Amino acid sequence: MSLDSKTVAHIATLARIRVPEADLPGLASELSGIMTWIEQLNEVNTKGVEPMSGVAARDLPRRADVVNDGGDPGKVLANAPEPAHGFFTVPKVVE
Amino acid sequence: MTDLTHLTIADALDGLASKKFSARELTDAHLKKMSALKKLNAYITETPEKAQAQADASDKRRAAGGKVGSLDGIPLGIKDLFCTEGVQTTAGSHILEGFKPTYESTVTTNLFNAGAVMLGKLNLDEFAMGSSNKTSYYGNVINPWKRQGDSTDLVPGGSSGGSSAAVAARIAMAATGTDTGGSIRQPAALTGTVGIKPTYGRCSRWGIVAFASSLDQAGPIARSVEDCAIMLGAMAGHDPKDSTSVEMAVPDFRKGLTGNIKGLRVGIPKEYRVDGMSQEISDLWAKGAAWLKSQGAEIKEISLPHTKYALPTYYIIAPAEASSNLARYDGVRFGQRVPGNSLDEMYELTRAAGFGKEVKRRILIGTYVLSAGYYDAYYLQAQKVRALILKDFTDAFKDVDVILTPSTPSAAFGFHENEGDPVQMYLQDVFTVTVNLAGLPGISVPAGLDAKGLPLGLQMIGRAFDEETLLRSAQVLEKCANFTALPAGV
Repeated sequence: MSLDSKTVAHIATLARIRVPEADLPGLASELSGIMTWIEQLNEVNTKGVEPMSGVAARDLPRRADVVNDGGDPGKVLANAPEPAHGFFTVPKVVE
Repeated sequence: MTDLTHLTIADALDGLASKKFSARELTDAHLKKMSALKKLNAYITETPEKAQAQADASDKRRAAGGKVGSLDGIPLGIKDLFCTEGVQTTAGSHILEGFKPTYESTVTTNLFNAGAVMLGKLNLDEFAMGSSNKTSYYGNVINPWKRQGDSTDLVPGGSSGGSSAAVAARIAMAATGTDTGGSIRQPAALTGTVGIKPTYGRCSRWGIVAFASSLDQAGPIARSVEDCAIMLGAMAGHDPKDSTSVEMAVPDFRKGLTGNIKGLRVGIPKEYRVDGMSQEISDLWAKGAAWLKSQGAEIKEISLPHTKYALPTYYIIAPAEASSNLARYDGVRFGQRVPGNSLDEMYELTRAAGFGKEVKRRILIGTYVLSAGYYDAYYLQAQKVRALILKDFTDAFKDVDVILTPSTPSAAFGFHENEGDPVQMYLQDVFTVTVNLAGLPGISVPAGLDAKGLPLGLQMIGRAFDEETLLRSAQVLEKCANFTALPAGV
């Protein structure tokens, strides 16, 4: 599978990582190399095989539906880049 | 007094119990050596005050004659992927520079409850992505080992490279590591140390910065199998805060080290004889089998037919999970932020500046294989091949009790070797990655030196939740190998 610069630019947007125009061809060739190597998986006959998301038990344990944490906004905001008035802040999203 | 930094944990615990030295003396000996070996760059953050306070508290517990923990007074290094309350936790990334968690990971909580002392936070590949520690934002870690007659600096392996280098250089008695594709076992092999990745679910992942959640597992790196058994016993245990941590009693791993492997069936997987395997590695592997046989084990050739597909499977599943896990680094709630005119611009600029090259590469691959139109072809197919890899092991373990393989395809390499093609570096994990996909326990034991005087490791793989048999077999292997070499200057 060969990825072109346009595809890489699209993935980078989906991943919310700014990639300078000039870096796209190099990145495309690196990622193409990796994807070509990965493509050997197509040789494997997986007909009738159930996909596996992990080895953990499928039935996840449940806990009682009670409040067991919280009430400490100071701790929650302690590492926020620009907290204000007890909130996280982001650039304006509504004009 | 003998150099306290050369003791094993088992011997140090005896010395502390018999009052030959204090926990404070043991910790101070390590702090002193850490200052002398700063050039290795094993620690990102040193915490000498915390270490001394914890050591003094341990001495008080012993003096009071009360109950002491299984690691009381033992100075450890903590991989900088474990959140430590009030102590910077970077994951080796610029994006988390300055991040001071307001909570403590379950594994470090368990260690501190056992009386352990924290010397500092150990360097690692950024977000644990790498096999050389070169992707860390905080600089390369230098392996204390050098090739004979050659002063070239070598990598300590990765991603737990700070952990392996610190334990080998005697600036931590043991260290925590994490292993997603080989990140405990490969660095252990490259530094002449012992590293075990336990069964998935044995240790809680709560408070460990996530890379690939279905593969990540914490474990120790130490200088003997017995020390690993002591460490794992303290780290493991059920934790309601990690839904994948198993509700299962933690066995007394140390007690299980009986030295008896009579009748043990050891599998040698023929598919691990990969093309281009060096004669040295292949000889060492044969020697390992002969050692176990001499101790009463039965050696059987087995087949794990899907082995060659494990790495490409991993390089779909791990980046896919990483792209999702790392979405949280957006400059809003914690970590670095680069201002932007819109929310999207702030995200994009923050992540462009905060992540290194390898991390970006993996996020992009993960995003691609999960994107519309490609999900079935890549991600779903990888999940199916993963099921076949697990089945290979399930079938093999009907006939054998443990599996013996090399740990790595080569000894430690230079910083400019394996560069250029990312796939070359990925191949470092060719023998270790299958174990993560199948969720099994695996251990690397130092087994010999190569022609240039560098350590080489052998890996043993066990049944799920049978770390006892695995550790017992590994200790027999360790005794036969009798690895006593030390890195120069240590």
